[in-house]
Amino acid sequence: MHDFILKEVVSHLIPFIQIYGIYVIMHGHLSPGGGFSGGMVLGLSMVLFVLVFGLREGLKKISHNTSTVVESLGTAWYATVGLVGVLRGASFLVNKAAGIPTGQPGELLSSGLILVITVGVGVKVGSTILTLFVELIEEGSEE
Amino acid sequence: MKVVAYLLLVVVLSTLVLAVGEMPTYGCFNPTHNYVYDRYVRHGVEETGALNVVAQIIVDYRAYDTLIETTVLFAAIVSVMLTLKSGSH
Repeated sequence: MHDFILKEVVSHLIPFIQIYGIYVIMHGHLSPGGGFSGGMVLGLSMVLFVLVFGLREGLKKISHNTSTVVESLGTAWYATVGLVGVLRGASFLVNKAAGIPTGQPGELLSSGLILVITVGVGVKVGSTILTLFVELIEEGSEE
Repeated sequence: MKVVAYLLLVVVLSTLVLAVGEMPTYGCFNPTHNYVYDRYVRHGVEETGALNVVAQIIVDYRAYDTLIETTVLFAAIVSVMLTLKSGSH
């Protein structure tokens, strides 16, 4: 595709979409949103890039391996964060009961493990969307 | 084989319908509906430190659920790769 206007508009739009996605993820414990929805926004920004600039340019930015590895690490990150509670003598995946400081409610860096887990889930969901899309579009372009 | 499948379907369906019949009528007073809800609304902020009730529930009270939910996404990726990449190896 050699649509100049589309490429210009999208290349200026994508940073804002990604900043909004990061905002939704980081404020998951304060406002509506969270890891799943913010990660979806992040992932769809990358899907938009692949749609407009083509699969080859997209794979130059984030290779197939990177997105797969990040996607797998997201799940592992969640389970590992859950183990923090076990190491501190409480149950799996507990937050305040394990003595993790939760800070002042309403501030950005608060709520202990919730923020840490939300960031992991967001990155995971974003890379999941990208991996699924790239996987499916590759299958179509091979034929 | 098909008969067994239909029979199983009927058994599961009738069990579910019976379970629905056992449920209390919507909106009637039932303390078991209100304990958990009350706890989340009253003590959620002090117990988790988060302001968003949805985040409190899915990442703190029901964190196991969300952990398996992310595993479902992982399973989706694995199954797509298994089905689409089988020919190329």
